[in-house]
Amino acid sequence: MRDIDISKITEAVKNMCIKANIDLNDDIYKAMEKARENERSPIGCEMLSQLLKNADIAKTDRVAICQDTGMAVVFVTIGQEVHITGGLLKDAVNEGVRQGYNEGYLRKSVVKDPFIRVNSNDNTPAIIYIDLVEGDGLKIDVAPKGAGSENMSKIFMLKPADGIEGAKKAVLEAVEAAGPNPCPPMIVGVGCGGNFEMSAYLAKRALLRPVGLHSDKPHIREMEEELLEKINRTGIGPQGLGGNTTALAVNIESMATHIACMPVAVNIGCHVTRHTSCEL
Amino acid sequence: MDIKVNAPLSKEEASKLKAGDIVKITGTVYTARDAAHKRMLEQYDKTGKFPFDMRNAVIYYAGPAPAKPGQVIGPAGPTTSYRMDSFAPKLMDFGQTGMIGKGARNKEVIEAMKRNKAVYFAATGGAAALISSHIKKCEIIAYEDLGAEAVRKLYVEDFPAIVVIDTEGNNLYESEKEKYRTL
Repeated sequence: MRDIDISKITEAVKNMCIKANIDLNDDIYKAMEKARENERSPIGCEMLSQLLKNADIAKTDRVAICQDTGMAVVFVTIGQEVHITGGLLKDAVNEGVRQGYNEGYLRKSVVKDPFIRVNSNDNTPAIIYIDLVEGDGLKIDVAPKGAGSENMSKIFMLKPADGIEGAKKAVLEAVEAAGPNPCPPMIVGVGCGGNFEMSAYLAKRALLRPVGLHSDKPHIREMEEELLEKINRTGIGPQGLGGNTTALAVNIESMATHIACMPVAVNIGCHVTRHTSCEL
Repeated sequence: MDIKVNAPLSKEEASKLKAGDIVKITGTVYTARDAAHKRMLEQYDKTGKFPFDMRNAVIYYAGPAPAKPGQVIGPAGPTTSYRMDSFAPKLMDFGQTGMIGKGARNKEVIEAMKRNKAVYFAATGGAAALISSHIKKCEIIAYEDLGAEAVRKLYVEDFPAIVVIDTEGNNLYESEKEKYRTL
């Protein structure tokens, strides 16, 4: 058994909220640079240049890349040999979010109730997922998610008969419907299988995968490559102003499902798709 | 060559702008997004007044992040515009001539733009740090309790934007997408 005090968790979450919102991940930065070299639309090139310049300013001035600093999505992967001391894990995570959004000058974008829309003023509560695994490790991923792209996400409860082609069609349909709204170039997270809510969870988790890294399942990898190529032929382009850079990556996670089910969830990420992780 | 646009924006000046024009906006614009739009129309119903002169007004759909000490405003990029679609036609009928945001608009908005000679500009979504450097003054003028969603009066200089939908309803999102579509 290994003891971990909640203060360490709070500190880590705080620092990750700030870092994720200020420093654009290298994989995305490099993918946008490469995309600019291949972008055929002059407006598209200009948009990519602005986004790269913006990322540079954010990094240098230590300000958020985007004003929508998101709702904090936190994945805690905890070994069952770990003993959390000093309080509750979820409280520690929320306290980290509270401190990070305050100290990092990040926008408080959470309202307490979907209908009585009063701001919680500290960006809590976070969306917290806890995964219990073997061992005595503790890994935390923080992924602040903005609403422009979140609002363009969709779940399709397909039939087994629709097959992999039906799933590809659904992903393409979601991307086309999103158009300019989610701030392309997008990262497209897809969850296939499981059930209704698990597919959405898988799609969200898929956004944590770095750009350029593919699924190790051959048929899923093929699906990722084909979809990326098709999405980049829709013409939507950077910021939806036309071009051949609509997505930087399509990341698909899949798992077992019911004999009658074929859920496909599409969680769209924008060109900043933030995530960072640490191990305690 | 970038086109200089002044805000407030007259209908006459708005009519000269065409979809695809790359512009630099200088002058006074007001921030308002979901909650502020709802509140502005409620206020008008009750009092017959808006928190600012709607005639020739340019509204920026934005809710900035907090400013660090010494800054005029925190990162302040555009939010997705379609969420304001149910409010925008009414405001244009009251004289609003410019909208700055990102993303598609519905038919009712485009019809109201044609009817009222109004323009829709796109700012670069997610380029919040870059855009903030063009905001020189910022003052909350209404609904302070809404925090990031409060109405702010901004003075902007050479604020970078693109005319996406013009007063005739030409739509750059549609025309450019078609040019590069190979599916």
